Amino acid sequence: RRPNHDSTDECPKRKPKKKQNVSADGENQEEKVTSGSDSGLRVSSQVDEYEQDTSDEEDIRNTVGNIPMEWYKDYPHIGYDLDGKKIFKPIRNKDELDEFLDKMENPDYWRTIHDKMTGTDVCLSDEQVDLVHRLQQGKFGDVNFNEYEPAIDFFSNEVMIHPVTNRPADKRSFIPSLIEKEKVGKLVHAIKMGWIKPRRPKETAPQYYDLWAKEDPNAILGRHKMHIPAPKMRLPGHEESYNPPPEYLLTDEERQVWEQQDPDERKLSFLPQKYLSLRAVPAFSRFIQERFERCLDLYLCPRQRKMRVNVNPEDLIPKLPRPRDLQPFPTLQSLVYHGHSSLIRSISISPSGQWLVSGSDDCTVRFWEVCTTRCLKTMEVGGPVKSVAWNPAPSISLVAVSYGENVILVNPGLGDRLICSATDQLISSYEEPEEVKDQQVQWAVPEGKAQEQGQRLILTHPKAVKQVSWHGRGDYLACVMPDDGSSLQVVIHQVSRRRTQNPFHRNKGAVQCVSFHPSRPYFLVATQRYVRVYNLIKQELTKKLMANCKWISSMAVHPGGDNVICGSYDCRLAWFDLDLSTKPYKVLRHHKKALRGVAYHKHYPLFASGSDDGTVIVCHGMVYNVTACFCFSSLALSHISFYSVREWCVSIFSPQLFGLIDVYIANHIYSNLGCIVTITLPTLSSSQVRKASSSFALTLHCPKL
Amino acid sequence: MGGLQKKKYESGSATNYISRNKARKKLSLSLADFRRLCILKGIYPHEPKHKKKVNKGSTAQRTFYLLKDIRFLMHEPIVGKFREYKIFVRKLRKAYGKAEWGTAEKLRGNKPGYKLDHIIKERYPTFIDALRDVDDALSMCFLFSTFPRTGKCHVQTIELCRRLSVEWMNYIITLRSLRKVFLSIKGIYYQAEVLGQIITWLVPYQFAHDHPTDVDYRVMATFTELYTTLLGFINFRLYQTLNLVYPPKLDGKGEEESRAESEEDYAMDSERYMEKLSALSASLVRVVSTAEAEEAELDHFPAEGEDGEKLAERLKARQDQDRQEKLFEGLKFFLNREVPRESLAFVLRCFGAQVSWDKSLCIGSTYDVTDETITHHVVDRPSLEKQYINRYYVQPQWVYDCVNARMLLPVEDYFVGVTLPPHLSPFVEEKEGDYVPPEKLKLLALQKGERPEQEEEEEEEDNDDSEEEEDEDQSDDEDELKGMEEKQALGKASSVKVTPGEAKPVNRQRAEQEAKAEEKRLAVMMMKKRDKYLYDKIMFGKKRSVREANKMSAKRKALDEASKANKKKKLKK
Repeated sequence: RRPNHDSTDECPKRKPKKKQNVSADGENQEEKVTSGSDSGLRVSSQVDEYEQDTSDEEDIRNTVGNIPMEWYKDYPHIGYDLDGKKIFKPIRNKDELDEFLDKMENPDYWRTIHDKMTGTDVCLSDEQVDLVHRLQQGKFGDVNFNEYEPAIDFFSNEVMIHPVTNRPADKRSFIPSLIEKEKVGKLVHAIKMGWIKPRRPKETAPQYYDLWAKEDPNAILGRHKMHIPAPKMRLPGHEESYNPPPEYLLTDEERQVWEQQDPDERKLSFLPQKYLSLRAVPAFSRFIQERFERCLDLYLCPRQRKMRVNVNPEDLIPKLPRPRDLQPFPTLQSLVYHGHSSLIRSISISPSGQWLVSGSDDCTVRFWEVCTTRCLKTMEVGGPVKSVAWNPAPSISLVAVSYGENVILVNPGLGDRLICSATDQLISSYEEPEEVKDQQVQWAVPEGKAQEQGQRLILTHPKAVKQVSWHGRGDYLACVMPDDGSSLQVVIHQVSRRRTQNPFHRNKGAVQCVSFHPSRPYFLVATQRYVRVYNLIKQELTKKLMANCKWISSMAVHPGGDNVICGSYDCRLAWFDLDLSTKPYKVLRHHKKALRGVAYHKHYPLFASGSDDGTVIVCHGMVYNVTACFCFSSLALSHISFYSVREWCVSIFSPQLFGLIDVYIANHIYSNLGCIVTITLPTLSSSQVRKASSSFALTLHCPKL
Repeated sequence: MGGLQKKKYESGSATNYISRNKARKKLSLSLADFRRLCILKGIYPHEPKHKKKVNKGSTAQRTFYLLKDIRFLMHEPIVGKFREYKIFVRKLRKAYGKAEWGTAEKLRGNKPGYKLDHIIKERYPTFIDALRDVDDALSMCFLFSTFPRTGKCHVQTIELCRRLSVEWMNYIITLRSLRKVFLSIKGIYYQAEVLGQIITWLVPYQFAHDHPTDVDYRVMATFTELYTTLLGFINFRLYQTLNLVYPPKLDGKGEEESRAESEEDYAMDSERYMEKLSALSASLVRVVSTAEAEEAELDHFPAEGEDGEKLAERLKARQDQDRQEKLFEGLKFFLNREVPRESLAFVLRCFGAQVSWDKSLCIGSTYDVTDETITHHVVDRPSLEKQYINRYYVQPQWVYDCVNARMLLPVEDYFVGVTLPPHLSPFVEEKEGDYVPPEKLKLLALQKGERPEQEEEEEEEDNDDSEEEEDEDQSDDEDELKGMEEKQALGKASSVKVTPGEAKPVNRQRAEQEAKAEEKRLAVMMMKKRDKYLYDKIMFGKKRSVREANKMSAKRKALDEASKANKKKKLKK
């Protein structure tokens, strides 16, 4: 029947389906039409339902259906009519040219369309064209249809006298429903049988019972080991009262401070108020907030167990021997040497213990008798005196004084005349060696007034000399010329041979101070951070002591030779035991400011340190413990030294600003001396006077020296 | 080298802690639910010792929970309930969205709920544990019971809170275990001792709250949920220990009496009972009515390791307490309408007094103003027109001060229209060196049985003065010395001259003290660095407290002087 049925393999399956679909649709439509309830329609369908049917699907002229018409392209016919006869294609002899001509000439060409199903050209009538236009514009096809008709509200609020439909009520509306009856019967049966129960009212009130009826006091969960109970609320103090004592109310200033503070920083979270009676107390405006904050604390605040140190502060203080048991040590200020008009830089005590020499910024060196504080001699030199040192050999009476670039050796001419003359002889007996070596330091013998004053030798150095230090035997003298860049910082002079040598060829940092070892051939050099101990015989570095501080200021060697103390500008005092280690045996931080001088006592285990904070601290240092014994204050300290010649007298000299030298003497000498002479000067503070004065004091008023 | 290489942060404290976000993810809960769970289960963050280690090297701020705690939460059945509730809300929303009212109604009928009983039991394994933690619960319940019945939270919650707080107050009255009361500007603090536990709670004044906007009421509501459950169980147990009926019932007599009166005006039938309970004027029904017989003397046996002294001490404390409990016994109070009725009725009843008030003020009044046997009339107004001769008219502070002083204070200071003495906090226990206000000293003297008199005070003041003079003397000494020095400097001629020195009187004690101080100073200097730090810190704190105390006393002194001057001026005028 269909020509393409055999020719193509792809389509056959689809086509029958389509066909079926189409036919099914058709049937449906028929059914619809036949089952339509309107009797009027039925009448019309009886006439000829296909006559005016314009449905595209049901094109009855050609029965091929909705298929691509190209399939019939190669056949002479275009389909089949209702009777199954072939519909032949109209003979078309129009070619392109004819088409064109037709287009040009035929006025109805634009309304002519090609009907694919029949293969004919159809010329549309005016009505049809009009219809097409209307549809294109989106209007209704029917010209007469008014789409904006006034709406008639059918179901309005107005009650009509007639029913909407005239239909009589159904019978079922009169008769009880059988189905419902059945359902109700079932429910009733279920209720009777107890299958359905009425809904129980919800229990809103909580039920309480004895929850802890069976409590096990040992039942603590493992997790509770880490449990930290929440701290309780802080209990209120007097200031929270509605009627507090008046001192708890804030003054205006305090209130202002309180208002300016951040709420977190405030000590009190509220302003204390006073109300005259209870009825005047208003509601607390932050009550809910505070409760809420407490809630937040309870569940948001991380908890941590913190051990609170519950220590009696007295227990922290170390149990040290009582200073009284460690006597003797200096306790009282007893002597003041007055005379210098400027800062005293350095002091030194003669080996006999009778004399004291002091050098000051007022370009003078003064010699004093220790016991009487009498100034025996004043010598002017050519510059501020930096350092003085009395020759430690008891058979030589010689003092080294450094000022500027010079070091002068002075024979003070005090004490035993034999010793003085022997010293002079010793210096003058020098004979020039045959071959004169070129030395960095020039040795000169002063003449004239200087010679009369006692100056015996003048050593001119290339740089300013800061410190002089004698060897124990009194022949060698070390001078320090601090200079960061040069290798010539320390020179050692031999007085008897007037020879100078530079022991170091390499610069190892700025030298702060030097010292000879009291018993062994060692030479100690303190640079900024280290103390180097050189063996002078072997000419090698023996030890390098690490002071653990930033900048060493001073150094003292114990007369026994085993211990060294270093004071530093960063408030520390390092105590080295040379036998033990190169690290400090102990570091003491007693002072609040930079240390200027340290000193050892010759016999007693005492050492002292003077500092910029105006205090001198005397410590009793044994190997097992160090005890600070005494501390006194003075104005400004530059250099301190112990007086340790006579057994009964333990004293410390501390030169002060403005040319005073205070002497503090041990307490117990009262019993030996019987009386103490104090020289009170107007510059001394009253507290110092009180310290010095005692019940059996005799006051000596003396003029200014 | 054998063994596996140890990796960082795979053991130790890094694995013991878990950050909050991770914990939340582990439990697959929303933040709100996690918060609720933490509140209910009492899980709180921990601060690790080495935060950086726990934080895996990062120093970002993070909250850490113990991993054990979170694991413990995983087995909590309430988590399931939370999920059910979430689903319920979703369904309900859907039903509303589709306008299926029937479904919504049905759903609402089946609203999932949960109980916190097991959580209470788990958090507080023993009853004493629960009592120890009841402070916050009480404060919260008392606060919630004052909330308005609209907005903020469910009416049921408020009613429940009210009920529980009234029950608690009734219990305290029956047990007579109130110890201290404090009228602060925030509210009224009460402290009671229940089964050996000290419990403090704060009750706001009876005013409408100014509800703040920066408070999350959901958090508060969750806490309240927990606290009401806790307090309910505690109340039940406490009532049981006293053989009281729970829920509380009023004594037969009281009930009959109250029924006789016409009370329909006050409250609805359903609420009347609660109102009567909260009036706190009637005693409660006991299960076994042999309360009086039980009051017999208890035998005292010394506990192990306790010697006679301690026993005596304990007995004395016991007696004191008994005496305090019967402080207002036999006194008859009448409350004027302007005083805080509930608080006063509670306090007075706790110490054995009879209380009544005007009939129109509240339900449960037992006698009238005209009753001749009334001993004290509590008034808080500047003056009173009609006064009865045979009773004291006192201000409410008298009641509270008496309770705190554990004795009946002289009423003269508290009469109507009199300027009240300061109201002191009973919770402050002054240590040595703290500032003690003079009123407290007076009170202590009173308690010891001394009669304070004006003269004594003056004497004390004199003493103070003399001490100061001594101080001045010392400074005088120094001045003299200085003067001497100056004289010396001026009058010194250039000649040497020797004058006999004056023997100075040596103050031995002072010298000794100075020597000791010096010794101590040197020893402090010798301290180790670590000890020194601690020592300095302690000393700093001590100094600060001393400074504060000094400041307070100076302030007080200035104020007293000013007031004295004012008085004198007035007298002169």
